Amino acid sequence: MPIKGQVWKYGDDVNTDVIFPGKYTYTVSDPAEMGEHALEDLDPEFRFKVQPGDVIVGGKNFGCGSSREQAVVCLVTKQVGAIIARSFGRIYYRNCINNALPAISCPQAVDALERGDEIEVDLEAGEIRSAKGTFAFPPLPEAVMGIFEAGGLIPYTRKRLGVED
Amino acid sequence: MGHTFAEKILAQKAGLAQVVPGQIVEVTPDAALSHDNTAPISRIFGKIGVARVARPDIHVVVLDHACPAPTTKHAQNHKTIREFVAEQGIEHFYDVGRGVCHQVLAEEGFALPGALIVGSDSHTPTAGAFGAFAAGIGRSEMAAIMATARIWLRVPESLKIVVHGRLRDGVTSKDLALHVIGDLGADGGLYQSVEWHGEGVEALDMEARIVIPNLMAEMGAKNGYIPPDDVTLAWLKGRARAPFEPVYPDDDATYARVVEYDAAAIEPVVAKPHTVDNVAPVREVAGTPIDQAFLGTCTNGRLSDLAAAAQVIEGRKVAPGVRLIVIPASSEVYLAALDAGYLRTFVEAGAVVESPGCGPCMGNHLGVPAEGEVSISTANRNFRGRMGTKESDVYLASPLVVVASAIAGQIAHPDDL
Repeated sequence: MPIKGQVWKYGDDVNTDVIFPGKYTYTVSDPAEMGEHALEDLDPEFRFKVQPGDVIVGGKNFGCGSSREQAVVCLVTKQVGAIIARSFGRIYYRNCINNALPAISCPQAVDALERGDEIEVDLEAGEIRSAKGTFAFPPLPEAVMGIFEAGGLIPYTRKRLGVED
Repeated sequence: MGHTFAEKILAQKAGLAQVVPGQIVEVTPDAALSHDNTAPISRIFGKIGVARVARPDIHVVVLDHACPAPTTKHAQNHKTIREFVAEQGIEHFYDVGRGVCHQVLAEEGFALPGALIVGSDSHTPTAGAFGAFAAGIGRSEMAAIMATARIWLRVPESLKIVVHGRLRDGVTSKDLALHVIGDLGADGGLYQSVEWHGEGVEALDMEARIVIPNLMAEMGAKNGYIPPDDVTLAWLKGRARAPFEPVYPDDDATYARVVEYDAAAIEPVVAKPHTVDNVAPVREVAGTPIDQAFLGTCTNGRLSDLAAAAQVIEGRKVAPGVRLIVIPASSEVYLAALDAGYLRTFVEAGAVVESPGCGPCMGNHLGVPAEGEVSISTANRNFRGRMGTKESDVYLASPLVVVASAIAGQIAHPDDL
């Protein structure tokens, strides 16, 4: 089923400190509480107004900086549907896959989309659909698709090790 | 056809004859580094549902991010880690006070030529200064390594940086690295293995070299690499805890890009708020009033950094109204600085010397700025809010510039004091 929601648009080099401030890294451990700090130092209204399925659109190098996984988990908690960017910080990109949050590199969509646009992201078709146009993106490499399909690295590892639910 | 460092080491570790950029390989790391985040990692490991850590011998756990614990929550976090490492038989555990994890990894002889190291910290590439392949990963990935001892890695494209000539006196490897990041941008090495070659790198002592791969995360790189040589081997003598075999790129390797620099043309620089690639000559921002100066971190908290700073501040005072915070990167550095008299020099000049660890670098404790204040720091990151409040400015610079600024009470070039 496609992801449907509104666009929250930001610029280049959005770093993990503004997505989830470092001062909370060892004082906030509950994912629900992590969500209450999402994008706190970038867009103070985001955490109060974001709706399930909404999509973050960033520029180049989205999620650069610290390896802190809370910067992905806080968005998963807020039920963000996907992140579309020109490019991603590499650890952030891995953290997205490992938490089954779609991270899509699609410069054409970044150029076209603006805050508040209604969009659909179809992972199976590899398409972003909006009033501004339809944009294609390549699928994940096959070797890591399994992690994404299992719902993240932890369920994937359980499956791989044959751990019973 | 020849291969880059990344291609050669990843092929070797994956047991393959050769690999190409973009290929995904699975490997067992020689060392897996985690710090205060070992507590949340242990909880994720618990969710996987296996009782025992697969390879306790590869894990290295160093408490550094908030040490000694500033709050009960931090203390609880440390306690969880002590219990976990004891229960799982993780012997390479370094408790509060030993130092910043990347420095401890080097001092304890884990950061070796030809080693494959992953760490749940973005500055893990630091170990590339010794010719290791070292990359940052996330918490879930570290938990999965605890369960399986395996991780997937994408073979990166490689960027070759060649530094011709030598840095001038008073110009440091911090200035060189910031200059390059300013030139290539915060994503200038995105997903890439960044190899550093040339006389300008070879001429650096080991401590100065460590700064360069440490800062490669700020260019988006997967890892940084300096070819091991006699300088590396001399430093590792008596420290290396296992035999090692250096890996070197082939002369005819294929690089995504080659960039050349003239070391003699580089001058002292700062990274201005709020990004590390916002680089300018020190003299361009000289005169900017500061409230705090911070000398320390995995980037520039080593003995040679403290020595250089002590030499500048000897017989002088920290400017009235300014705090100078000094944090040696490890207990080994602390003791050496104590014996050499540097700590006395700092305290006599009006500085505050604190226990080894990350300190205020990411806003945890030991000298965080107030709203509206300006800091100059030897750290590697100046993002908005990094030191605790988004209403403050952080400039990054070399130890020489940081201590000169502490004396002047404003950003200053050491030659202009």
